[in-house]
Amino acid sequence: MVEIRFHGRGGQGAVKASDILAMAAFREGKEVQAFPFFGVERRGAPVTAFTRISQEEIRIHCYIYEPDVLIVLDPTLIGPIPLTDGLKPNGKIIINSERDSNSFIFPDTENPTIFTIDCSSIALKYGLGSKASPIVNTAILGAIAKVTGLVSIESIIEVIKERIPLYKEKNALAAQETYECMCV
Amino acid sequence: MKKVLTGNFAAAYGATAAKVNVISAYPITPQTTIVEILSEIVADGLLNADFIKVESEHSALAACIGAQAAGARTFTATSAQGLALMHELLHWATRGRLPIVLANVNRAMAPGWSIWADATDSVAQRDTGCMQIYCENNQEVFDSILMSYKIGEHTELLLPTIVNLDAFFLSHTSQIVDLYDQETIDRFLPSYNPEIKLDIENPRAFGGLTSPDYYYEFSYKIQLAHEKAKEIIEEVGKEFYRFFNREYHLSEPYRCDDADMILVDYGTIAGTAKDAVDRMRDKGIHVGVLKIRYLRPFPEEQVIDILKNAKKVGVIDRAISYGHEGPFFTEVKASLYGYRIPIYGFIAGLGGRDVSIVDIESMVDYMQGNKPANHIWIGLKK
Repeated sequence: MVEIRFHGRGGQGAVKASDILAMAAFREGKEVQAFPFFGVERRGAPVTAFTRISQEEIRIHCYIYEPDVLIVLDPTLIGPIPLTDGLKPNGKIIINSERDSNSFIFPDTENPTIFTIDCSSIALKYGLGSKASPIVNTAILGAIAKVTGLVSIESIIEVIKERIPLYKEKNALAAQETYECMCV
Repeated sequence: MKKVLTGNFAAAYGATAAKVNVISAYPITPQTTIVEILSEIVADGLLNADFIKVESEHSALAACIGAQAAGARTFTATSAQGLALMHELLHWATRGRLPIVLANVNRAMAPGWSIWADATDSVAQRDTGCMQIYCENNQEVFDSILMSYKIGEHTELLLPTIVNLDAFFLSHTSQIVDLYDQETIDRFLPSYNPEIKLDIENPRAFGGLTSPDYYYEFSYKIQLAHEKAKEIIEEVGKEFYRFFNREYHLSEPYRCDDADMILVDYGTIAGTAKDAVDRMRDKGIHVGVLKIRYLRPFPEEQVIDILKNAKKVGVIDRAISYGHEGPFFTEVKASLYGYRIPIYGFIAGLGGRDVSIVDIESMVDYMQGNKPANHIWIGLKK
């Protein structure tokens, strides 16, 4: 079982991203589970969401304490939120940032591989959200597909087109572009 | 057909697949999406049902009672304070022998104001005479709603059922649910056509003044119906397996055969406990899980049969009866009267506190190193 934890802010679409990732894996025959950290949603407030993907039935129903992959939709959460807590040794961290991955250091983690991609700019390029708060969830899904190989970009795009109510094409293009730009 | 659905969607689709005739419900977090989805399904003409809008949960269940008495198959859904407001009418549903199905999203009672998982709301309805199921996953929510109509409508039972699902851990968690095909569901669950109902062509009175000469016998018949329900639940479970290849019972053991210690639990904690058991087994600890599906009728015989050879038993309650102990712990302890098995009562997860594998392992640790106690609180902040 692979466990993925999303950290974002209200309005960025972290919960939807966790759901789309699960649905894409389901299309490929995997067992899945997706859920938000249960709270009262507010724009701008820290949001956590979770996805589990497995070959076998998923019975567990608690939060993810030892993720394999961390997704950071807003780099300003790094520091205020102990978001690397419990990350497995050799885990992966994908950060929405224009900075180089070498500029991020997480002293409490064991040998993580860090990936950065500027999802905010890509989202804005396709008119997703506003400059003050770009909606980066679909963009980062392309990066997740590329970095983790858990799901194909085709499945991600099919689910985006099915589940995102507005600007389906633009969201799909954002995911496609991050998939292509993401260096692994 | 399989879909990735939240527990609330599974509940709404369950009522839709059961082809209910009347729905009446009042929205309350975290149940709200059940009502929203059903109102859309009815408005879109995908289900030929009346959706009765009401001003409270009390009225919602009252509307279902009236419709069910007139021969309709009815559905409602609520949570916590809403269920508490229905309390009076739950008795009406049972004593009127009306097999209504109610989905309750288990949520903590206020104050402190909480929208999170806790079974104290439904356990407080224990003595209303409704049958009660606690679901482990979203598939079980969907399946339990279908089975609850079939079971409740059995002519020897005629009893309402509360199908419980944990707030957020099911209501807002997406999982794969097989919705089967409607033709097979229709064969499993034919339309509802009660022998006795309100009918202007054939007038009858229901729920009139009942003197001490009769009330006692009415009550006895409800008790008999609950006893009979234990058989019918197992029979319908077998039939469900034949139709849909999924097995359900009053209670379900997991790796109990050679277990020294057995953890009894219900709801989503049962799923997490199964993973915890696998992990502990890998370390050589012989532990198993007994999941209780039905609080009422309580599967006393199955509980005795599965637990009688255990060296130690622990019960995990996401509920509490203040001034005593966990309510399921009370039931299990009473069932084991005379067996002299050490039994531990754990209180966990109240108000939505997460119950992790590590928490469950810590309970087993406690059982290995301590004498039994009636209410052991896990992860309590000092």
